[in-house]
Amino acid sequence: MRKITLDDIEDLAAGAVVLGTGGGGDPYVAKLMLQQAIERYGPVPVVDAADLDPDGLILPVAMVGAPTVAVEKFLNGSEATRVLDAMQERVGKPAVAVMPFEVGGMNTLYPVAVAAELGLPVVDADSMRRAFPAIEMTVFTLAGIPASPMTLSDVKGNYVLCETIDNDMAEKLIRACTAQMGMISVMVGYSLTARQCAESAINGSLSYCLEIGRRVRAIGAGDAGAYEAFLEFCAAQILFTGKVVDIERRTVEGWARGTVTLEHLDDPTRVMRVEIQNENLIAFEDGEPKVTVPDLITLIDVETGMAMTTEGLAYGQRLHLIAMPAHERWRTPEGIALAGPRKFGYDIDYLPLVVAR
Amino acid sequence: MNSLRVGIDVGGTNTDAVVVDPVGEVLAWHKTPTTPEVLDGISAALAMVLAKVDTDAVGQVMLGTTHPVNAIIRRKGLGRVGVLRLAAPATLSISPLTSWPQDLATTVKGHTEIIGGGHEYDGTEISPLDETAVREFARACHGRVDAIAITGVTSPANPDHELRAGTIVAETLGATLPVTLGHQVGGLGLLERENSAVLNAALTFVGNDIVTGLRRSLDKYELQADVYLTQNDGTLLDAAEAIRRPILTIGSGPTNSMRGAAYLSGLSDAIVMDVGGTSTDVGLLVDGFPRESAHSVEIGGVRTNYRMPDLIAIGMGGGSIIRTTPQLGVGPDSVGYQLTERALIFGGDTPTLSDAAALAGRAHFGSPEHATSHLPPATVAAVMAWVDDRVATLADRIKATRTSLPLIVVGGGAVLVPDTVPEVSKVIRHPHAGVANAIGAAIAEASGTIDRTYTYATSSRDACIADAKNQATDAAVLAGADPAQIRITTVTEIPMSYMPGNCARLHVKAVGPLLNT
Repeated sequence: MRKITLDDIEDLAAGAVVLGTGGGGDPYVAKLMLQQAIERYGPVPVVDAADLDPDGLILPVAMVGAPTVAVEKFLNGSEATRVLDAMQERVGKPAVAVMPFEVGGMNTLYPVAVAAELGLPVVDADSMRRAFPAIEMTVFTLAGIPASPMTLSDVKGNYVLCETIDNDMAEKLIRACTAQMGMISVMVGYSLTARQCAESAINGSLSYCLEIGRRVRAIGAGDAGAYEAFLEFCAAQILFTGKVVDIERRTVEGWARGTVTLEHLDDPTRVMRVEIQNENLIAFEDGEPKVTVPDLITLIDVETGMAMTTEGLAYGQRLHLIAMPAHERWRTPEGIALAGPRKFGYDIDYLPLVVAR
Repeated sequence: MNSLRVGIDVGGTNTDAVVVDPVGEVLAWHKTPTTPEVLDGISAALAMVLAKVDTDAVGQVMLGTTHPVNAIIRRKGLGRVGVLRLAAPATLSISPLTSWPQDLATTVKGHTEIIGGGHEYDGTEISPLDETAVREFARACHGRVDAIAITGVTSPANPDHELRAGTIVAETLGATLPVTLGHQVGGLGLLERENSAVLNAALTFVGNDIVTGLRRSLDKYELQADVYLTQNDGTLLDAAEAIRRPILTIGSGPTNSMRGAAYLSGLSDAIVMDVGGTSTDVGLLVDGFPRESAHSVEIGGVRTNYRMPDLIAIGMGGGSIIRTTPQLGVGPDSVGYQLTERALIFGGDTPTLSDAAALAGRAHFGSPEHATSHLPPATVAAVMAWVDDRVATLADRIKATRTSLPLIVVGGGAVLVPDTVPEVSKVIRHPHAGVANAIGAAIAEASGTIDRTYTYATSSRDACIADAKNQATDAAVLAGADPAQIRITTVTEIPMSYMPGNCARLHVKAVGPLLNT
């Protein structure tokens, strides 16, 4: 059986920042939680949903809240036990595994730490294959799987059971509760059977994230051909190579928005502008959209290949803007309606990234 | 009139000292190799410069030193620390020192506890401070530790619990045991602030040794000068603060060098290139200060939230070795401090960039005729073209915008840099560029900073920013700055993502010249 060990943590984190597309939070704190959990409880088994009892209960788990708060006040480690217990009681059967909602940012590593603490395997799957800012933006929503019931806990021991009529409302209630919980909480929702998971989740996401991280770290290690190998594995293309010349950050209704502007290294008349709402959403070259959400836009360091979180951007950095096609289920009319540019308030149509080959 | 200032900078290779007068004229300077016992080199450099000036006129002595970072890297002279975190029930998932290199943690870790206390982002308590647990922690530390580090969640915004816990520890163990409080040494980021507090506590003896050692050296000259150490942001800590907060002096070397370059050139916005024997660092001056790196800095393998100058380093210096077979290549290996023995122009047998520079007419030292047989004109031309290309690329890489900036060249290998560089308005050299770092220490100013979370819902954004600026200004005055000359040098605003409520983290720094009393 495959296991996630201490040696995998850096790779998993490096991959999580690539798939985080600028958002999802710096995985540093989650990395240490996972390190301590593996040191305490041992390596974490990774399983395919198809190999589990088809009626077995799988619980997707995530941290919710502001990454800026998470660097200051983080979890005590018992929150997951509380929300999982509450959910198992609500559903009426024990869980056979946990899984990540998203393989982007800190929520890639946190569920693995939870699995270690609970002695459960983690399912090699997620519901986004990238980071998205809202709870309803999952392939489970596309498959008609309700987020409800959801359980939520804070670090002090308060917990909430949410029953909602749709997934949009789940997002609103969880967000409001989390604000009252000191901006950090742990959530379980979209509980599903292994059969549903095998059919509806994006399977293989954890392994995919880990492999991306390995290839990114090979670039940093100076391996010959590592950049090409990384791009090929991700089906990614470098759309622009430039220097950060401007970063504008602003808060709109509590959401961190911003614009980062890159000037081309070889041709300074070419300018690329990336619109950010937690994640990188749209890249415009000279005012024309070149890539749009749900396709992935990630900024990576020209030399080390390390991906940048929005918080880590700074003037003068020399970055490649890489674009990767979103998972095929996001590139359907339903997927675009749920997580395309218009969902984020842009008056722009989705522009499917043309994939070579 | 105590109007002269002495600046000293201890680097990896050399210890430099300068004396400057009130209008910034360099009256004396000296460069000497850094010694294994760092204070020996400081004494030697001091002796040379003080012999050239009226010692009665010296009012201030500013020191930038690698002592603390060396202590951490070599794990020498470090104290054992009792670590208390005020956070429970939050943060129990990551123990203090989890991310530290094992050997350093073993050297430093005394007793550790996470107890009830700390604050939410909005200033309310996570839980009340568990005073009984603080007393038990203190008793458990009795006789087992040399210093204590106390860090509470969100303490930069609300230090009450840290202050109260510090008082209880002092009541229990006596006021002589050094106690570091997190909000005194770090900004937001609990683990990074806790790491800084623990490193600071571990440096208790080192900080004391530097200050008392320097004072003893000065006593020989019956100098009644005020003693300061320079911080990584290019501003000053007075002696008492340096003993309490030695961690803040970490990494002041590159900053001093860039501040010195700014001072010598009279420029506040420029590229600074420091060419040494083995490597070249390039940084950017913005409003007279080095632009800071966006990344957290690791010290001896420990992550902190200090910002260092944003430098790009490459393996090119005056001692870089030129290879001619199998194909032409330069560095990154260097003859380093053996330049005057091994370079061809000094009678040695190793072709270096200094040899090529002498043959190309850029450098005027040594005997270029010794180098001609090893380095034919075509080779010299190829090597200098390589240097010019690296210099141009480096100058361009560090720039934030396409505007053409001047380039200030400092350091012993400055002769390598050509007089014209593409996209650079002019290349500036100064006769004292070799001791720019000590000059940077001598002209350093006092500062105050604030780093905390504000909620714009309760008062307006403008009012919050004004409050942060006032607090930073007050802190600068407390540090000795002239209130009439204080300016705000940094305002960074980071909105909190993913959550409503309009919260932002504000980081503000105020700086001003020392008040002459």
